[in-house]
Amino acid sequence: MARAALPGRLSWQIGRVVDTIQETRRAKSLVLDLPNWPGHRAGQHIDIRLTADDGYQAQRGYSIASAPEDDGVMLTVDRLEDGEVSPYLTDVVEPGDEIELRGPIGGYFVWDPSLSGPLLLISGGSGIVPLRAMLRDWAAARPQVKVRLLHSARSLDDVIFRDEIMRFAAFDEVDVRIALTRAWPEGWRGHRGRIDRDFLERAAWPPQDAPRIYVCGPTGFVEAAAAALVETGQRPDTIKTERFGPTGG
Amino acid sequence: MTYLLDGNAIAGELFAAFGREMTDVVGKCRNCGTVSVVAELCVYLRAPGTVVRCPSCHAVVMVLVTIGDECNVHLPALEFEQ
Repeated sequence: MARAALPGRLSWQIGRVVDTIQETRRAKSLVLDLPNWPGHRAGQHIDIRLTADDGYQAQRGYSIASAPEDDGVMLTVDRLEDGEVSPYLTDVVEPGDEIELRGPIGGYFVWDPSLSGPLLLISGGSGIVPLRAMLRDWAAARPQVKVRLLHSARSLDDVIFRDEIMRFAAFDEVDVRIALTRAWPEGWRGHRGRIDRDFLERAAWPPQDAPRIYVCGPTGFVEAAAAALVETGQRPDTIKTERFGPTGG
Repeated sequence: MTYLLDGNAIAGELFAAFGREMTDVVGKCRNCGTVSVVAELCVYLRAPGTVVRCPSCHAVVMVLVTIGDECNVHLPALEFEQ
């Protein structure tokens, strides 16, 4: 596999939707058939461009949810009520439709199994999407790297890839902790409330273990989590961040 | 629509403009001297132009204007170090 294959230029191309999966009430996955796809790295994204009949164009980036090893490229889109692009992708697009896109894009918020150190993944809402690609990449390669996923969602029903995340938790090397911020089921034993400094002190590896940290989610979530990580002594140069829009996705 | 994102959000525009992946390239703010990778810059998406600020002093270090397929990148206060 040409894991790091990067074309010298980035061109818009047409991808065909081969499947759609309703992940949660708001989030939908699109599986794309992309001829001439050069391969991607876990954490990268794709730009999608919609063009109206009058020529008006709107463009957004969406993280790739599938691992490099997977068949087809999957994007998972969180529907924003006042969004220009996401409601079209979640409510209108059907298998067989064609979408204009370019990618893969991104060389910073990426992970691959050759990287050392415990892997600490922290996400809020649809920030789980690029981290899911990393988890799947890890599961395919099974490197000698421990993984911990700290994920925050409003409620259990809002946890994208919930069943799959729980299957990852079955690996001895993988630890999953879910924080629910608004509603939790009766008897919920996970974290209640936001991912804050207290939670990170308990749930993250200590700085001397040199975790490699990826934080992804809405801007406010990322700012708060990254600041709390630094307050707990994590080295800023071990923390990689990616911010979504105000409500995620 | 104006909101704060980071340099990951303009990776596609920068790749198209520079012909290479730019988010992991190191840049130095000419205003305050802060060195950061492009992915860590503060990005304000504001059609049709995008404003990119230094994460430390908030000086405008880059402006992107996309018209049709063409993205024009202006670097009022950013020096790439790679």
